[in-house]
Amino acid sequence: MKIAYYPGCSLHSTGIEYDLSGRRVCQDLDIELQELPDWTCCGASSAHVTDHVLALALPARNLALADDLGLDVTAPCAACYNRLQVTRHELAHDPKLRQEVEELLGRPYTGRAAVRSLVDLVASVGEEAVRQRTRRPLRGLKVAAYYGCLLVRPAGILQPDDPENPQGLDRILAAAGAEPVEWPFKTECCGASFALTDHTEVVTRLVAQLVDGAQAAGAEAIVTACPLCHSNLDMRQETAPGATPLPVYYFTELLGIAFGHSAAELGIGKHSIDGTQLLAQHGWSQAV
Amino acid sequence: MSIRAAAAGSQTAEAEEVLGPAEARRQAHQASQPAAAGAPAPQAWEPLIVAFCCNWCSYAGADLAGTSRLGYPPNVRVIRVPCSGRVNPLFIVKAFQSGADGVLVAGCHPGDCHYSTGNYFTRRRFLLFRRLLEFIGVEPGRFHARWISGSEGPKFAQVMTEITQEVRRLGPNRMLRDARDVQ
Amino acid sequence: MKRIGVFICWCGSNIAGTVDVEKVAEAARSMPGVVYATDYKYTCSEPGQQMIKDAIREQHLTGVVIGSCSPRMHEKTFRKTVESAGLNPYLLEVANLREHCSWVHPREEATTRKAIDLVRAAVAKVARNHPLHQGHIPVEKRALVIGGGIAGIQAALDIAESGYETVLVEREPSIGGRMAQLDKTFPTLDCSACILTPKMVDVSRHDKVTLLTYSEVEKVEGYIGNFTVTVRRKAAYVDHSKCTGCGLCMEKCPAKKIPSEFEMSLGRRTAIYRPFPQAVPNKPVIDREHCLKFKTGKCGVCAHFCPRGAIDYEQQDQRVTLHVGAIVVATGYDLFDPALYSEYGYGRYPDVITGLHFERLVNSSGPTGGHIVRPSDHKEPKNVVFIQCVGSRDEAKGVSYCSKICCMYTAKHAILLAEHVPGAHPYVFYMDVRTAGKGYEEFYKRATEEFGATYIRGRVSKVYPRGDKLVVRGEDTLLGKPVEIEADLVVLANAVVARHDAAEVARSVGFSYDGHHFFTEAHPKLAPVETNTAGVFLAGVCQGPKDIPETVAQASAAAAKVVALFSKDQMATNPMTAQVDPACCAGCMLCEPVCPYHAIRPETIQERVGGKAISRQVASVNEGLCQGCGACTAACRTGCIDLKGYTHQQILAEVEALCL
Repeated sequence: MKIAYYPGCSLHSTGIEYDLSGRRVCQDLDIELQELPDWTCCGASSAHVTDHVLALALPARNLALADDLGLDVTAPCAACYNRLQVTRHELAHDPKLRQEVEELLGRPYTGRAAVRSLVDLVASVGEEAVRQRTRRPLRGLKVAAYYGCLLVRPAGILQPDDPENPQGLDRILAAAGAEPVEWPFKTECCGASFALTDHTEVVTRLVAQLVDGAQAAGAEAIVTACPLCHSNLDMRQETAPGATPLPVYYFTELLGIAFGHSAAELGIGKHSIDGTQLLAQHGWSQAV
Repeated sequence: MSIRAAAAGSQTAEAEEVLGPAEARRQAHQASQPAAAGAPAPQAWEPLIVAFCCNWCSYAGADLAGTSRLGYPPNVRVIRVPCSGRVNPLFIVKAFQSGADGVLVAGCHPGDCHYSTGNYFTRRRFLLFRRLLEFIGVEPGRFHARWISGSEGPKFAQVMTEITQEVRRLGPNRMLRDARDVQ
Repeated sequence: MKRIGVFICWCGSNIAGTVDVEKVAEAARSMPGVVYATDYKYTCSEPGQQMIKDAIREQHLTGVVIGSCSPRMHEKTFRKTVESAGLNPYLLEVANLREHCSWVHPREEATTRKAIDLVRAAVAKVARNHPLHQGHIPVEKRALVIGGGIAGIQAALDIAESGYETVLVEREPSIGGRMAQLDKTFPTLDCSACILTPKMVDVSRHDKVTLLTYSEVEKVEGYIGNFTVTVRRKAAYVDHSKCTGCGLCMEKCPAKKIPSEFEMSLGRRTAIYRPFPQAVPNKPVIDREHCLKFKTGKCGVCAHFCPRGAIDYEQQDQRVTLHVGAIVVATGYDLFDPALYSEYGYGRYPDVITGLHFERLVNSSGPTGGHIVRPSDHKEPKNVVFIQCVGSRDEAKGVSYCSKICCMYTAKHAILLAEHVPGAHPYVFYMDVRTAGKGYEEFYKRATEEFGATYIRGRVSKVYPRGDKLVVRGEDTLLGKPVEIEADLVVLANAVVARHDAAEVARSVGFSYDGHHFFTEAHPKLAPVETNTAGVFLAGVCQGPKDIPETVAQASAAAAKVVALFSKDQMATNPMTAQVDPACCAGCMLCEPVCPYHAIRPETIQERVGGKAISRQVASVNEGLCQGCGACTAACRTGCIDLKGYTHQQILAEVEALCL
């Protein structure tokens, strides 16, 4: 399978480990990623609160680039994915808006290229493929699969399996041998949009709720599919003195471990909360 | 006699029976014929509009316009049918052939049909038929399909007024006319 | 030779004040076929009608045109007039000179000209009228009621009480329906069983009622007054003619852990079972799927212990054919699956239940003996959150309509909770509280004021466990604040939806249903219990959400319609029906799907072509079913279906006459 790859800004900076691990996992699963040439920011987290047309024009440009390649496009970042999907939906349903955007871009926009999240992409390859590729089953690792808001909402546009209790990420992790816990905060917000403001206390409160929830459900780690969620959960856990914080992984990092890669190859060392210790505890010290 | 024979009835003896003496309206109409290239003579010509109204809604709506004394131009002649779905497109052709300048088919609102689905057939049938009429040169403004309920007396009067105005603006219909009129 | 008489009515000054009636009559005299024309002050008056009768006789009229008020007003009157003068009543046409002419146009020449045109059209039409005769079809004076809930029971009782045979078909082993599952009823808090079970017994004992439980209607053919119905009687594996209902078999049955459908899986039943103790008939059936005898071939305990030898493992389904004249459909409803709202956790958290579960929990003959306890740990709940509109009024995830009963039953649940569990606190999340009904608002007030239910206006966003509690997180839109309640039990008021197989039932009986699969009444206001198929009536929630009083009222209304139909030996049919000319019908059957009454069917006819006998298919109209809409006539490619009373010739003649 070949698909255009839209990394977005985060995966070239704060979320570089998501990029590293994502590319490796895709390679292992025979998914060929072709990075969009000359891609630009999708405007997530700022454009859509500033200017509606701009917020559509930025993703539309990247979608048009995928169109040129004649490929569908995957966006690992949940925010990028969300903006690309919403843009595609809005332009498909409003010819006037589409014309306006085309004029702004100075190029045609067809809407042919479909958008897929990385979770959806891996899930579409199949649990069986993940199971077969697994060299180092994550047996005994209890994880809380965390989807956040942007992978599932607005449900009418993104069409997730179940916007309140999605299963895709859980299934992939289970296929790799891990034990996803049943927990009620899968799609609660982590407060990402406040992370860039001076109301970070909101984020801290929301993150605490997620971490408490995951711990109450017996999870040893939280698994995300979004660089914004990851940075929030990774940086804003306020732990009581002596208590250990909960490590936060990208799902591709854990898949990479399961597929036999080392933590270093996957960039797991770049987390604020040490992610290697837990892996070592489970006996995957060669990986660390 | 099949509908085709009946539609061609002007040539049959049976149809001759109904041909009464020509009315002043008709003469005025024919008098306006030579002025075809220019504007029709306004005093002489009066548009004639035939309205097929379903018994349960639109005909009742017309009755209510009457009971409420809501005036509209006397150019409209109503033909009562059980359901707008009864109206065969041939009736409309026949009306235009016989000298009508405008035709209306009126039925119950979608979903309110007394026979539950008749007006859905009407809607589809006349959407297509309107295009066909347009294709052969009948201005779309001459043929209308409307939904008028039994409680919509004011709407009936308003629709009749609007259609009369529109047809008056279009002038006398010349398409589909019988050969005998064109001589 | 046509001899047509024309009578122009003045209607006092109503017509004559605007239209020059004498001129109209004068013009009529020269219309083709007219031998007599006159005007008269009040044609509908006694002397006016006499004048028409005299003219018919003296002038030997073969057709009559009356230029008067709308035919919707006096057509029937004048039909009787001409009939009493010996003329066929359908040889009459009315030109609408009042509503369509004198009342809407000014007094001027154009108005009189229009009146003349209208009369000419009527004359042209009447010249082509043919005598029509009302048909008569015999009426089978036996009714079928489908569905043995409160609606079906009430309808069957009312019809039977009027002296007519009634067959009540119920697919479950017992009648009683949803109402049997309820504990108390709002707003009086009457015990549901106390008011229902006597009716169940009455209907089963009534000498005019035949009860067919554990049976399903498979096929309905025919038309009003003459339906043929096939009913499948499912094998109960118990010979009910021998069974005394002693219950020994149920006591001895070793398969005891089967979730009871009646108890909403909160209780258990055996493989040979009756749904509930007050079942009617109070005789068991064997559930093949769970019975050890059927599963393994070993067991036979029930047969061993039955003192009457009533157990019959060899029993087969049986088909019964019934002839009935009318059908009442009362098939009830299903409930929306609340698992579709995964944020409420129904199906994942055992202490999230539905309103119907709550009914069983609070019912003294229910699985807990009337003690309200949590399904998870059987502890008594204190804080109970009720969530309204689960599925209702939600176009995104549920259904667009209001389920109508939930506001009231939730108020009832709040009161029952407060009565049963001392110190319990009911919380209700609602969108609007709808209490239209006698005594309903007062009942809701009692729930809040007397029983201390806390009503919170807003939606719940999430229900999740914390320890052994359930945290209900929602919004109080009146305060504009998020709220969080630690609940012991969450009760969802899930929407009322049509039966999963409602569409199939409608298709097999032959009437229409709406987008939600509720059955469609013939007219939402003036024919609320009729369907568009004559002789088929509706009662209860199968037509749309309604509460018990409304259901009972509608059932009695449906019964009244049936009784009115049965009060005549024969039924006059509308003679203005469609008619196929088989000589030119090509048998394409394009007319068949446009007919809303399924009145057109293919028929094979024998013909001689070139000396050879051939058989071919043509369309054929069942005049008992045809309602005379004429949709088929416009669909016919060859123009071989015509509508009597509104024939092609008649309408074309009108068109031509109007356009002169």
